[in-house]
Amino acid sequence: MTDAAIADAAVDLPGASYLEAGHTLLSWLTTTDHKRIAILYAISITFFFFIGGIAIGLVRLELMSPRGLFLTSDAYNRLFSLHGIIMVWFFLVPSIPATMGNFLLPLMIGAHDVAFPRLNLLSWYLYVFGAAFTLYALIAGGVDTGWTFYTPLSTNYATGYVIAAAAGVFVVGFSSIATGVNFMATAHMLRAPGMTWFRLPLFVWAMYTVSMVMVLATPVLAMSLLLVIAERALGLPIFDAARGGDPVLFQHLFWFYSHPAVYIMILPAMGVVSEVIPCFARRTIFGYAFMVYALIAIAVIGFMVWGHHMFVAGQSPFANLVFSFLSFVVAVPSAIKVFNWTATLHRAEITFEAPMLYALGFVGLFTIGGLTGLFLASVPIDIHATDTYFVIAHFHFVMVGGTVSAYMAGLHFWWPKLTGRMYSEAWARFAAITTFLGFNATFLPQFVMGWNGMPRRYHYYPDVFQAWHVMSSVGALILAVAYVLPLIYFGWSLIYGRRAGANPWNATGLEWQTSSPPPKENFRRLPRIDAGPYAYHESAQPPTAGDGTPSPPSPTPLPNPPPRAGEGRGG
Amino acid sequence: MTNSQPRPVHIWLRPTVVWVALIVLGLASLGSAYLPLSASNTPLNLAIAGLMVLLLWLFLMDLVSSEVLVRLIAVAGVVWLSFMFALTFSDYLTRACEDRPGRPAVFGVDQKAHRGTF
Amino acid sequence: MSDTATALREPWPDLDRQREGVSVGIWLFIASEVLFFGALFLGYAVYRSLYPEAFRIAGAETEVFYGSMNLVLLLTSSVTMTIAVDASRRGMRRTVVVCLALTMLLGAAFLLFKGLEYSADIAKALFPGAHFPLRPPQTQLFWGLYWVMTGVHAIHLAIGIGVVGVFALILRRRLLPIESPAILGVATYWHFVDTVWIILFPLLYLVDRS
Repeated sequence: MTDAAIADAAVDLPGASYLEAGHTLLSWLTTTDHKRIAILYAISITFFFFIGGIAIGLVRLELMSPRGLFLTSDAYNRLFSLHGIIMVWFFLVPSIPATMGNFLLPLMIGAHDVAFPRLNLLSWYLYVFGAAFTLYALIAGGVDTGWTFYTPLSTNYATGYVIAAAAGVFVVGFSSIATGVNFMATAHMLRAPGMTWFRLPLFVWAMYTVSMVMVLATPVLAMSLLLVIAERALGLPIFDAARGGDPVLFQHLFWFYSHPAVYIMILPAMGVVSEVIPCFARRTIFGYAFMVYALIAIAVIGFMVWGHHMFVAGQSPFANLVFSFLSFVVAVPSAIKVFNWTATLHRAEITFEAPMLYALGFVGLFTIGGLTGLFLASVPIDIHATDTYFVIAHFHFVMVGGTVSAYMAGLHFWWPKLTGRMYSEAWARFAAITTFLGFNATFLPQFVMGWNGMPRRYHYYPDVFQAWHVMSSVGALILAVAYVLPLIYFGWSLIYGRRAGANPWNATGLEWQTSSPPPKENFRRLPRIDAGPYAYHESAQPPTAGDGTPSPPSPTPLPNPPPRAGEGRGG
Repeated sequence: MTNSQPRPVHIWLRPTVVWVALIVLGLASLGSAYLPLSASNTPLNLAIAGLMVLLLWLFLMDLVSSEVLVRLIAVAGVVWLSFMFALTFSDYLTRACEDRPGRPAVFGVDQKAHRGTF
Repeated sequence: MSDTATALREPWPDLDRQREGVSVGIWLFIASEVLFFGALFLGYAVYRSLYPEAFRIAGAETEVFYGSMNLVLLLTSSVTMTIAVDASRRGMRRTVVVCLALTMLLGAAFLLFKGLEYSADIAKALFPGAHFPLRPPQTQLFWGLYWVMTGVHAIHLAIGIGVVGVFALILRRRLLPIESPAILGVATYWHFVDTVWIILFPLLYLVDRS
């Protein structure tokens, strides 16, 4: 059987994909096509991922010795600050939404583009402008405040380019807001006929909820940074204790955004995993409705927990209590999602393609990250563990073990759709497994040494922690290899990869019912939408007991499993 | 040319009525500020401001005839702002006096009473 | 003749949906702006709750005349803006352009008064720093917030004037159809800038006037 199966023949028309609609650089830089803008973002964030990665590579190398090897303490401080600022705002926050969200949202709802295509292009330019500005600041001299810009260090005492770095982050925040506005308007207004809210794929729900968070949280970050700039540049006392200001007020404003920011990072990841797992388990998602409610609950309650970053900052004990309680509450919808992904796997026909390896890795690593988050939500434990490597390990488990794994899962899953090419499955599986091993080797030791007292952001440390640091640094080297590999095999696939058909994974979803890559207008003929998502097999129950699917199953035959590696179809 | 519609004078009428209401309220707020109402001045002024914003949003921004979705979005920003205020004040309103910011800290001399571990 | 055909933009299926989409989009942006300014209001509320006396002393020094004039100017500009939107829905091109121009004028007058007010403030050395005339030190918190709040508001207003001006020009030159939903977006933004001033007014100008 050839790549173009009979069902695909109508959509696999030659030529005129979005990639071929204009070959000049200018056509790319002035595009309003959401698919091209997604590619522009993908290139940009990949670049910044490696900048942030190199920074922390240098840090991990330095930490192999308790007294350092080649960095001054000032340079050390600037490097970890660079790592945090770049990774948070120029990689993680835009990662899945700006790339996969941009590419897939209109496709998944049956629209021609997002609601405001020119605003979409503007959002990319805001990203580039903010990123260039920040990068200049960080490389020209950098900041040593950490990514958190705490006052009064940032306003009064820090040398370095605080104002420039803060201004760059301020600008890129508006890129976030623009994307969020666009996605919400798109989801509300441009769904194709028949695409009701509860027929949407969970990825779309994830894009919708993450957009809500981006729109409502980011402005507060913008204002907190603006106030730091005003205080530093103009001497205006906002957080200055000598004149009655409260540095903790900065922390309230900063974390009001920065906690929801971590949900900005995880919600899209959850959306990706909810697409990948049903496909490679050949089962409809377990508990679709609760998966939706859980996304909404995380997005809303996530705004009410920020004080758990400030348990030892001088917040009142009563506020500590309130924030601790709400932090426990917000874990519940996340747990529901983990249960549902697991239940989806029950008695399923699981195959282990690279996207599935990353998605399964996500479930396990996110669970560990989430559970250790509960440790930290408990005030007495947090007093012991705060500002140690325990916290660093916790958030890397969720952000790297979680979000980056899901980003890789999505990248592999939708690579054929974006590019029309298949990547090397063998190399991809190798990279996925190496990632998992390297990640655990890097961050599990950090839980141990953090619990035993190793503080974060320290350049020199007591000798007793050296073995753990060396373990962690070796793990980081393995992780680095695992992250470089995809660059190579993805790049190779662009030139030599086998051409993919419209639906190489036999997945459900509107994006698979157009050619790979799609035409500029997305659909030559919009498919009829008369059923819910994930029309794979129901879980292994008698046919009369359905679960989770909100509409009757599609009358068309259920799709076949994805081809095993090595078989003819698109593999 | 254009579709049939009421005579053009009507597009001046409602905004002008609202304008009169807003100006009256604004003057009331300004005037009442000069009355010796002590603690009630500020709540009164803010209440009047709130009423002015409501009139502006309902009748000049036309929320009164907008779709439900638009009204929900308009309300959402305010609701989220209330989360921010409520939870931030859950800290500030329950701080012990010796933890108030701006209290002069003379190291070694200013001994705060330590009640508990945090 | 109707410009409806050219007002429709990709990817919208029809003009009504596009109009509602613009409404949804601009109100989402307004929601983000509510939180942007809201953070400033939170800072003000926190510090005023902590230092009521210092805020009374500091607030007595604001220029209530300029503040009140500016309130009247902005309220009036909101009315001219509303009329512009209603006129655009009825295809009354000349009315739209005139009302947009009036809106700009009123906004510019606001900035003029603001400039005069700022120089009066500076003349009284009311910029936080070494020469700040008031005591206790927490009065500088009020004035620090004053400069940031009014400054950010003024920047928003200036941007609004610019955008309104551009729209007036391109409408006058028929480069944009008069029924374009974009005018609604501009108007909503303008009304929001007015909203911020309505709330700022009592917070900055009506502190301890009695």
